[in-house]
Amino acid sequence: MAAADWQNGYKGLESQLSKKAFSGQIMRSLLAVLLSLFATTLSANPFPSTYQPLPSSPTLITDATILTGDGQRLDDADLYIADGKIVWVGEGSIPAEGVTTINAAGKWLTPGLIDVHSHLGVYPSPGVSAHSDGNEATAPVTAEVWAEHSVWPQDPGFSRAIAGGITSLQILPGSANLFGGRSVTLKNVPQTTYQAMKFPGAPYGLKMACGENPKRVYGGRNQAPSTRMGNVAAYRASWIKAQRYIQDWEQYEQKMAKQSPNTEGDSNSALAAALIKPPKRDLELETLAGVLKGDIILHMHCYRADEMITILDMADEFNYKMGTFHHGVEAYKIADELAENNVCGALWADWWGFKMEAYDGIQENIALVDRPDNGCAIVHSDSEEGIQRLNQEAAKAMSKGQAAGLDIPPERAIRWITSNAAKSLGVHDQTGTLSPGKMADVVIWNQNPLSVYAKAEQVFIDGALVFDRDDKALQPVSDFELGQLLEVAP
Amino acid sequence: MKRVLFTALLTLACSVSLAQDLLITGANLHSQSDAGVIENTDILIKDGRIAKIAPRIPTNKMIKVINANGRPVTPALFAGLTVSGLSEVEAVSEAVDSGYRELYTELMHPEFDVRLAYNPHSSVIPITRVEGFGFTLLGARGSDKTLSGQGGMVRFDGGYSSFEGKPVIYVQTSGRAAGSMGGSKVAHWMLLNQAFNEALTDEELTLITPQGAATLKTAKSDGIFLFHADRAADIMRVLAFAKEQGISIVIHGGSEAWMVAESLAAAQVAVILNPLKNLPESFESLGARLDNAALLHEAGVPVIFSSGETHNARKVRQLAGNAAANGLPHNVALAAISSTPAEVFGGEPRSIGKGSRADLVIWSGDPLEVTTQAQQVILGGIPDTMVSRQTLLRDRYMGAAADMPRAYTHP
Repeated sequence: MAAADWQNGYKGLESQLSKKAFSGQIMRSLLAVLLSLFATTLSANPFPSTYQPLPSSPTLITDATILTGDGQRLDDADLYIADGKIVWVGEGSIPAEGVTTINAAGKWLTPGLIDVHSHLGVYPSPGVSAHSDGNEATAPVTAEVWAEHSVWPQDPGFSRAIAGGITSLQILPGSANLFGGRSVTLKNVPQTTYQAMKFPGAPYGLKMACGENPKRVYGGRNQAPSTRMGNVAAYRASWIKAQRYIQDWEQYEQKMAKQSPNTEGDSNSALAAALIKPPKRDLELETLAGVLKGDIILHMHCYRADEMITILDMADEFNYKMGTFHHGVEAYKIADELAENNVCGALWADWWGFKMEAYDGIQENIALVDRPDNGCAIVHSDSEEGIQRLNQEAAKAMSKGQAAGLDIPPERAIRWITSNAAKSLGVHDQTGTLSPGKMADVVIWNQNPLSVYAKAEQVFIDGALVFDRDDKALQPVSDFELGQLLEVAP
Repeated sequence: MKRVLFTALLTLACSVSLAQDLLITGANLHSQSDAGVIENTDILIKDGRIAKIAPRIPTNKMIKVINANGRPVTPALFAGLTVSGLSEVEAVSEAVDSGYRELYTELMHPEFDVRLAYNPHSSVIPITRVEGFGFTLLGARGSDKTLSGQGGMVRFDGGYSSFEGKPVIYVQTSGRAAGSMGGSKVAHWMLLNQAFNEALTDEELTLITPQGAATLKTAKSDGIFLFHADRAADIMRVLAFAKEQGISIVIHGGSEAWMVAESLAAAQVAVILNPLKNLPESFESLGARLDNAALLHEAGVPVIFSSGETHNARKVRQLAGNAAANGLPHNVALAAISSTPAEVFGGEPRSIGKGSRADLVIWSGDPLEVTTQAQQVILGGIPDTMVSRQTLLRDRYMGAAADMPRAYTHP
């Protein structure tokens, strides 16, 4: 944890200095200045999650067809959730009283769906220009921006997504830039602040983009990059800067370590340490360094097979881990390479042809990326419409795979929008499957969810019922929508 | 296994001469006519038209037989309002021929006719066709003028001029285009009124050419004006304008059409809409809701579905399925992507009866379900090869890597 390492370094210094008894007024002032300087650099998590699970009660859901999210299907099975967690799935015991029971005979249960690629909040509805907060398209490298600072929690799209069974989602900056900025993973609860939605403990992501978008945006201004080779040169230049940034901090920490007081009362060493100037903080390079150190997960918008392989080579050159390729309409051409490198493909079921690099899209893309051992296929939306029916997108991809002769039962396809998505976001230990101990993020569907007729009837997040199709009181309405069209009969 | 065998049989069948008579046996026929769904029937096709619909039609060696085996058969579907054959790649402007802008005339050009650039060999067409689609409404769009131009229906049968139906004039009055048109939709109405008055009353022409005036006159007598409007108030304004001018209109967009459903029904105006729209995308669609189509149908308004997409026009079937899942009767949802557009825009009737064009699809299951596949498309009585650039890419990459690169795999 790069930033946390630095934080610990400061904290160590702070506690050591605090033991010293400096007598002079000047010395105290100097120390105060230094400490205040450090204080401004201390927090690795300056916009912390304030997420709290909503009120819940122990709930037993019985007689359902359960897709667990890890490839299993259980028929006529039960699920018990309590204290916001999944207690057991299949069979188990429950307390004698205080349990709400839902008979789900004929219904299907899945983990809460996860969309790894959303712009809700940063490109909210209504899509007026004043709401266009998703692309800081003023420079090709803007790793310093954080999507969460653009998220408008009142976007009506969040509540529409709940009705589609979405319980977690990653909000990404757009793809105008080579380095677009940090993403944020949210739990899909309607709150007044994004902090109250932030998925507790989820790592940050970094959005990058290949190909046409950056070169079009900046090339159109007669500015670099205007070509794909310009794109790659600029990525590499940034990684080199980030490597140097890490070295500078390591050297600083080494110097500090040498100056650490060996004995109690070694005030000279402490003072010397305090006078060593730390490197200047750089928000852009902090994020890039976070990727190089493995704390921030890479999410890269990339369509063409050849470009994705270039990116994998670049990850080797700078010794970082590639996370997930997003959109990847040509991922099927390199499905084996993606699986070998433990790289996920977050893909559309059928979208293609809207630009040149999307020309070779096929509807079997997801099924083919899923095919190899260790394949990590994900269905993503990138759309305020698609996120409402991610199950239908998975259904289309499943059936195209089946028609091509691949054996893809629903319990396998559901992984594309649950466990594989959770892996991509680094939250698989908390959600994505119906495993005991995980967050009770659960959807009750009126039927097999891999159908155009399927509807999420009830949605639980951390055990709390946050959506009920039959109960208006449990259907959130954003501030924006409240009081519109007052004279119109519903 | 059944499916593989079925496909193999179809492939065999398709290799036989194309001009042959065709017999589809064991169809679960969604006729889209008063006959409704006809279970387990045979369909005899001669010279590209339906010759007979009856159980157990006798066959002979000269007739090619396709066994539908109880599967649904529907009319070939409507791909919505698209620019198929006018746009190879949406963002590659040099490969898109659907609109006009920055013309040196400064005038509006309703005579601008996208059909002149229609290319039946675009890879987009087989990619759409193999998913069960047989025709589309070609749109004029991307223009920066109130009158965007004209188009009409076209069949996906590979013909250079497979056009049918009435001329359709595209009219833009929504706020989205208003930025380039006087900064307000008021400017659209001002200019539209003037253009119509000039064209239809022999006033001096200042906004359109004589050809444009002639186009408007023709369209007034035998064409359709398609207005893009989402807001209820704007739809009411369009209805009033149509009444004043005596023109036939269709509303496209219609996010808030349900709010004025009775007025639309009274004026017998159809609506082309996307039934997935349920978000206030703009201040013109605050009333967008998933049961828009169902409410319009209940009020007696004909509904047609369109996604607005060309390359992924095949998604229209999913639109219809969602409309059915949100209260629209299944047969009406199917009609919204088959017979209704044909009724509204003219051309070949798209219900299946004796004498109707043999544009059909055999499906693996419910035609509105996303997990259903089009197993055989038949246009003008000719079974399609069911091959597209995308099926070939799939087949090239399906198999394990060989010694030679994939470029040597010729599926």
